[in-house]
Order: sequence, then C-alpha cells, then structure tokens
Amino acid sequence: MMNTINYDEQTPATGIPDRERTGLKDCQVQTIKDICRSFRNEEGELINILHKTQESFGYLPPEVQECIARELRIPVAKVYGVVTFYTFFSMQPKGKYPISICLGTACYVRGSEKIVEALKNELGIDIGGITPDGKFSLDCLRCVGACGLAPVMLVGDRVHGRVDSLQIKDILALYT
Amino acid sequence: MQLTIDNKLIDVADGTTVYEAAKQVGIAIPRLCYLNLEALGIENKPAGCRICVVEIEGRRNLAPSCATLCTEGMTVRTNSPRVLNARKTVLELLLSDHPKDCLICPKSGRCELQNLAMCLGIREIHSIENAEVSTYRKDRSPSIIRDMDKCVLCRRCETVCNTVQTVGALSGINRGFMAVVAPAFEQDLRDSPCTFCGQCVAVCPTGALTEVDHTPRVIWALADPTKTVVVQTAPAVRAALGEAFGMAAGTLVTGKMVAALRQIGFDYVFDTDFAADLTIMEEGAELLSRVHRMIEGDRDVKLPILTSCCPAWVNFFEQNYPDMLDVPSTARSPQQMFGAIAKTFLADRLGIRRDDLVVVSIMPCLAKKYECQRDEFKVNGNPDVDYALSTRELAQLIKEANIDFNALPDEDFDAPMGESTGAGVIFGTTGGVIEAATRTAYELFTGKKLEKVDFQELRGMEGIRAASVDFNGTPIHIGIAHQLGNARKLLDGIRAGMYHFHAIEIMACPGGCVGGGGQPLHLGNADVIHARQQALYREDAQKPIRKSHENSYIQQLYIEFLGHPLSEKAHHLLHTRYFDKSIRN
Repeated sequence: MMNTINYDEQTPATGIPDRERTGLKDCQVQTIKDICRSFRNEEGELINILHKTQESFGYLPPEVQECIARELRIPVAKVYGVVTFYTFFSMQPKGKYPISICLGTACYVRGSEKIVEALKNELGIDIGGITPDGKFSLDCLRCVGACGLAPVMLVGDRVHGRVDSLQIKDILALYT
Repeated sequence: MQLTIDNKLIDVADGTTVYEAAKQVGIAIPRLCYLNLEALGIENKPAGCRICVVEIEGRRNLAPSCATLCTEGMTVRTNSPRVLNARKTVLELLLSDHPKDCLICPKSGRCELQNLAMCLGIREIHSIENAEVSTYRKDRSPSIIRDMDKCVLCRRCETVCNTVQTVGALSGINRGFMAVVAPAFEQDLRDSPCTFCGQCVAVCPTGALTEVDHTPRVIWALADPTKTVVVQTAPAVRAALGEAFGMAAGTLVTGKMVAALRQIGFDYVFDTDFAADLTIMEEGAELLSRVHRMIEGDRDVKLPILTSCCPAWVNFFEQNYPDMLDVPSTARSPQQMFGAIAKTFLADRLGIRRDDLVVVSIMPCLAKKYECQRDEFKVNGNPDVDYALSTRELAQLIKEANIDFNALPDEDFDAPMGESTGAGVIFGTTGGVIEAATRTAYELFTGKKLEKVDFQELRGMEGIRAASVDFNGTPIHIGIAHQLGNARKLLDGIRAGMYHFHAIEIMACPGGCVGGGGQPLHLGNADVIHARQQALYREDAQKPIRKSHENSYIQQLYIEFLGHPLSEKAHHLLHTRYFDKSIRN
C-alpha cells in the first residue's frame, strides 16, 4: 500500500507572493520579463539579468528585484544578496549623467580625491547622491584600466583623463 | 581507495571527504560552518570558516577537509604545527569580531563557537585592543531573536530556510565587514516571509538566532496570588525534555515532567494531548462531512482536507497559497483549542474570571509563540493562550527552580484536561495526526470497530508519503509531508491537479514536532529525531485507550458544553479562518 512519491522536479522557493506588487507599470514588468526570458529564466544568469535590468532602469529598486525573483522563482532575499554584494549594482537612482571618479591606486596618488571634493562642492551632493534636478549623480569606482590617463573621471560612458579639479566646472558644462 | 591520515592507513569509498574519512578512524577534525544535516537530507558545507583545514602532502595550501575529496595515496595531517597554528589564527580572527559577553549569552554552554575556543585552547585574542567590531541592529520577532553581532556566517540557517524549507526569508547580504544573513531589503523577520518554524534556530552554532524568552513572565504569573496558572504540554515535549538533563534521546519523561511542573507551582498540569483528541473530533468530523458531500456529488467540496495543527505551516500557506485558503481544515491547533476551552469551560468550572486564568503552554515549537499572539485567538485583548514556552525554556525553568529532574517521581496529569488517548500522543510525529484522524474517522464512517489501530503505512521518515486506507470498500487516499519544502512540492502538485488525495497531513519540521525548532537542538541529527518519534509510538502503545472519540473526558465535554462536533459553539471556540498574507506590509 505504501508508496513514496518520486519528485525529481525542483520546486524552489520564491519567498515572495505570486501576486504582482504594485509600483511597477505593466510595461516595466514586461521589460523585466523579457530580460529574464532572454536569459532563459535561469537562476545562474542572475548577475547578467541584473546588469541588463540596471541598464534599462538605471537602478534596481525593491519592486524590480521582487519582479526578477518572481520570474526566476528564487527568494528575493537571494537577489538582494547579490545586489548588495557587487558595488556595481545600485538601489539608488542615477542621474541623467552618472559621474564616477576612479579611486584606484594610480588615480588616487594623482589626486582623484581632490576631484571628488570639488565635485561634491560643485554639485552639492555626497557620494552616492543625485542632484535635485536628476541631472548628475556621483559615485566612486576602482580602476577603469586607463591608469595612463590618471586621474580619470567618467561621465556616463565618456572618459575624461588627466582631470584637474579646476576643470570640473568646464567638464560639467559639456553636459547641459 | 587508500589514504593516510595522521599515520593511520584507511580505506574509503570514492567521493568521501577528508573530514568524513578522518571521522571513520576516530579523528574528530574541529569544524564550525560544516554540518551534516542528515535529518534534513542535506549537507551545509560552504567551506567558509576554514576551521577544519588540514595539511595535505604535496599541496602548497592548507585544504578545508569538509570540502576536499580523498584521493588515492593521499597523506593528510590534521594536527601538524602548521595546521594548529592556522586553525588558531582563523578562530582568533573570528573571535576578534565577536562579542565577548559569553557569560550572559542565551547560548552559553551550548555554543559551538565557545566549545571551539575551549577545544583549541584560545587564551588570548591578539591585537584585540585595536580591532574594529562590526555591529548590526537586533531583530525581535514574536518568536525568534536575530543578533547578527554573534553570527559567524556559517550559512546553516540560510541553507535550512531556502533549500530545506523553501521559505526564502534569509540570505547572505552585503560584503566584507558589513556582511550579515538577513531578509530581503534588511527587513525585520516579522515583515519577511519567515514562518517562525525555528529550524534556523535549531541549527545555529552560536547565539545569533535564539528564541524569545517568556520564562520571566511565567515566573511572575506563578507568583501572583490573584492568578490561577494552568499549563499544557505538547506531545513531543515528553520525548525530548530528558535530553536537557543528560538522558538519551527518546527517553520518555512524561511523569517527571508533570512532577516538575507541579513543583514549579502550576495550579493545574494539563495535557495538550487532550486538546489533540478534541482536534480529531472536529477535524475528523470535517473530513467526513467533506467526503460525504463528495460522495453525494457536491462539486464544490474542497478535497483534500489539509491539517492545520502546525502554525508554521499555516503561515506558509497563508503566504504562498492564498488561492487555497479554503482547503485546510478550519480546526484550530490543539494549543489554541486547549486555550479556548480553558478560558471558557474550565474558568467557569473553577469559578474564576477569564482574566484571572493564565494559560501557559510548553511547546516543541517557536511558531507557537507567534500563534498564541494572533488576534483571532484573543477575546477583548486577552489571549486564549498567554505564554508559549519551548522545551528548552522549560528545561531552563526547571533548572532555575532548583529541581533535580532526574530524581523526580512520576506523577499524573490533572483531570479533566489532562486525560488523553494514544491518538493524542502521536500528534508529535509526522504521520501521527493523520493516523489519529484515521482511527476515529474509520469507525465513524463505517460504523464498525477498528480492530488494528496501528497504521504502519502512515508511519516513517520519508519527506513525502502516500497511502490508501480501506474504509470498508471506500479507499481513502492520504498524503503526508514534513518539512515545508516537501509541503510545497505536494501542494504544487495538488494545485496542478496531479494528485488526488482525500486528506493530507503537513508538519513544518523534520519528523514533525519531535524535530521542532523549540526542542533541545537536533543539529540535523536524524537518529535523535527518530528516537523521539519512536518514544511517542511507545507511549501510544501503552495507553489503554487509543482512539480520540473514546476519551471519556472528551465525550463529557461535548455532552456538558459543546454539544456535538462542528456545533455552533464548537465553531466559535474551536475553529478559525485564514488570511491572505501574500503581501506583507
């Protein structure tokens, strides 16, 4: 009479409700679903999916992480764990022109810290912050592989090399 | 294959780790994060703590023995000066970012980190003066306290929460010094998908995860002359409490436990098993009414019926299966049935006001602490069950009360709510509730006397089981699952229309309540859980009455107070409803 059922199929936890959370527009949910599907909804592709999603949304707020977790059928705590592990991922919105200052060894010894200070003063925001008009955000990173140009400042994808703190105003003026 | 460990030649099977091989020749390599959770069918080996490192000839670096497989001709040293030095340094580094207030830690004396420091003879932590210490806010839920300052990032809780229970409340977050194990977005446990099953607490090596301590409040209630304090003890407690006093796992201490509770000063010592019998009356009647309706062709009838005794399971389905809220039995858990009857029927009998009766329960469970605080189990703010203590807390209370537990005589429960049948006792093990229900439902359904009350086909330790019981020509299909991950598999199958059961029993913890999160720590040891399970079947076999509906005190309760199962009064006091908790605010 006794028989043990064989369950080969993994039924992983989502840790989150099946029902959609409010806060995301239908088209945004669709974008996330499309990104996940392009990586075959595989858990192992989580980092790539987060990259693409951040590219699309600019940042990874909780409701976006929840949506990804639901699509991949993994706990949202896991997604949050990955997002908080890699400094590249951000839960804060970025400006239209995200600024990153390299604090790698070469840039640092050539005074990139002074550039950070100058930018903080000029923009009136701290590291990780965004200007009230949403135009600029300020972050630091470690080495972009252009040490010959140290100190290096990135605005969006554009690299500004051998930056002097006195040039800051002029550089920012390029992005109006 | 052959290898040498500390000059001992040993033969092992392919795929054996160095750690396991060493164990086979009596060498216990110290470890911290590694844990074989055999009762949960999983090993936790992130190889993160590096305490179990060994020296392997021909390799430049020391290797973590828990995650290194044996190879032919390998020569291993587990206690060379290099190994001992590395091990000590690793532990010192761990301790440098760990609170040093061991004296007042709830885990003191049972802490694996403390034991390790003792075992490795750590006498000083170098450069501790200047060491930075990371700190994180404490999180107090109704059941579990998270103190991440004491976390060593072994990830056992994460493995249990995600892989075993599939609850998904915990994950390693942040990096480096800021790393902790936490719910998503660093929410508190109470806002996370946590079910309070407490299995994370049951495997935590340190004081990072502990239960909320209700013993001080119980001590004050006992000392209050205006209060009458009654206690109920869940079935699984009697099979595990002895372990806290040096007895072997599976030693039944029912009589000593009653004596101890009386000596502590409880006015009446009752048994949750009584309420378990009551649960069978209600849940059994509900099952039969659904089966009868199905036979009569009612298409709206919800089958299978799911048991609802386990509060972690209730939390789990309220969150994950909001579309199936009408499927579980509406019967309250035995703890809550007991409380409801105590604060009405019993208070009336004793001639005291509801507010002057304090109901304490002793539970193998941490989710019970949460359950008794649910709003639907309160009348004008007064809870049916005031405090739920774990088995561990009871052990602590007994020690605090200067009681020599091992020397106690056996005593009996008080009447009327201390009388129970063998069916009530087996509630504490996986398969027990459904076996108890089957014993009663069979007789009520067929009108025949059940000759053989032992349903071996319902017993066992497999995570998911299925059996059919012949109800005089009508086959009743029964499903059983323990551990929430198995419950999820079963429920998903039912949702997809893959299985057709009449009744399903689900328990959140391994082996059922015997492996509960409030028991003396099982640390994943399957033998311990099995021994406790067998103890309950022994107690059942010794009972003169083994069917719930033959409990004369239960019969009397229906005659004098409740009327009949599923009566209006029974509905009001013994049944509940469930809520869609799929979105936590």
